Amino acid sequence: MSTETNYSSGSNLEKVLKSGQFAFTGELGPPRGTDVDEVKEKAHFLKGNVDAVNITDNQTAVVRMSSWAASLIAIQEGLEPNYQMVCRDRNRLAMQADILGGYALGIRNMLCLSGDHQQFGDHPDAKGVFDIDSIQLIALVKQMRDEGRFLSGNEIHKPPKMFIGAASNPFADPFEWRVHRLAKKVEAGANFIQTQCIYNMPKFREFIRLANEEGLTDRVYILAGVTPMKSVGMARYMASKVPGMDVPEEIISRLKGVEKSKVSQEGINIACEQIEEFKAMKGVHGVHLMAIEWEHMVPQIAEQAKVLPRPVFS
Amino acid sequence: MIVAKRKPFAEIMAMLQGYDKVLNVGCGTCVSVCLAGGEREVAVLNTELEMARRLDDAPIDIQGQTIERQCDREYLAELDTIIEEGKFDALLSMACGVGIQFLAERYPKIPTFPAVDTSGLAVNQAVGWYEERCRSCSQCVLGTTGGICPITMCAKGLLNGPCGGTNKGSCEISAEQPCAWFRIHERLSGQGRLDAIRKINVTRGWNDQTPRNLIQPGYKKPERMAK
Repeated sequence: MSTETNYSSGSNLEKVLKSGQFAFTGELGPPRGTDVDEVKEKAHFLKGNVDAVNITDNQTAVVRMSSWAASLIAIQEGLEPNYQMVCRDRNRLAMQADILGGYALGIRNMLCLSGDHQQFGDHPDAKGVFDIDSIQLIALVKQMRDEGRFLSGNEIHKPPKMFIGAASNPFADPFEWRVHRLAKKVEAGANFIQTQCIYNMPKFREFIRLANEEGLTDRVYILAGVTPMKSVGMARYMASKVPGMDVPEEIISRLKGVEKSKVSQEGINIACEQIEEFKAMKGVHGVHLMAIEWEHMVPQIAEQAKVLPRPVFS
Repeated sequence: MIVAKRKPFAEIMAMLQGYDKVLNVGCGTCVSVCLAGGEREVAVLNTELEMARRLDDAPIDIQGQTIERQCDREYLAELDTIIEEGKFDALLSMACGVGIQFLAERYPKIPTFPAVDTSGLAVNQAVGWYEERCRSCSQCVLGTTGGICPITMCAKGLLNGPCGGTNKGSCEISAEQPCAWFRIHERLSGQGRLDAIRKINVTRGWNDQTPRNLIQPGYKKPERMAK
């Protein structure tokens, strides 16, 4: 794997991936208020069951506790955060300042995202910043780490050594662009990728085949995105209302085919079958489990997916 | 051209409250073409204002004058003979934001109010339909984006799109809004020039964050105006 670098971020996720083990990451949405206990409760279900947990940044453009603050609470709870940062809400000054602050206080992973458009959220009239885009953010974090310089070129005293993540949506149009975009993110400096929730397996297999062919999976760790369906309604919503999401009809009919009380278990079964396939799929190095507002189910899903116990490094 | 839309009538009424002698100045160029602030629109607005103010028992003496271009000193000068001392207690302008400011600057003692909201640089897609195409960012990238502007047409102004929110060729914000980068990809693909966007577009410096002055090569500020 040519993502080997001479720096050491001290990230647990990086150690898992570099040791060649199948990574398993989770997700935690910060609260819409100041309730630390809410973060702690979610963290409790994730601790020991995942290698790192993504802390979302004003997810779906709705104001929440800042992702770096919730990341610090996660650290206090013994979880490793994957600090998400979107380009929507900050300019390059604020971004670099937050990267310094986050690293200084123990954050070692970052996920660089464009961010959902503000029009989706609870402040649709907000001014979107987008001073830089997600690919430029990846390059920025890499420059800060590897060159020890700010975007301005000025030197950083004790640069932040982040393990750099990026997202990929293999299902958005145009399909042939998706591998090109992945290549741009790798070129910019992404060390690991977490994909959009995968439901269309044939399309994902084709995406990974192309990424393998281009040699990208030798240069970046790919964590396949998995979100278990809780209900038929959720599947229908994801299929029709979420941009860039691809939910085949088979998934919906399979959920409809079981008794109502067993639908969520069927959703978990589908997810675990996917995870089994990902474990054996060339070019996939782990799974990113997005159990949205379903954190309490993570221990059970991790168990059923046979990804426990998680590796521990001394 | 520059496009604009007339402000809501109630807002114009509120701005003119307390002013009884008003000159509404139209502009014969862009806002006239886009049906917002030419001679016809001045006449319509004045009639509406007269009627509404009469109903409010606060009649207004409103006159109209449309000049060729409010952004040009030469044409603005035509108003000097009309706007005599004390004749109007307020000016209303139906020009774009540029024209409104130039009018206000020429008659600094008289309050000047905007009657339109200026809404960008747009093309005329059909009668009455204008689509924004340029944010005048001072650093044109159209050469590498197939002649489609991502700064204007992409809701996030991305330089390395299309992002993951592309939805069957539309932008994630609305099925009605085409994804700029989807179109860029399509056009460049058709021209066999996809390499133009496979390279990383690096972070740009925004050149529009301070007021811009443009002086063409070979020209300079007239001495009487240079500070």
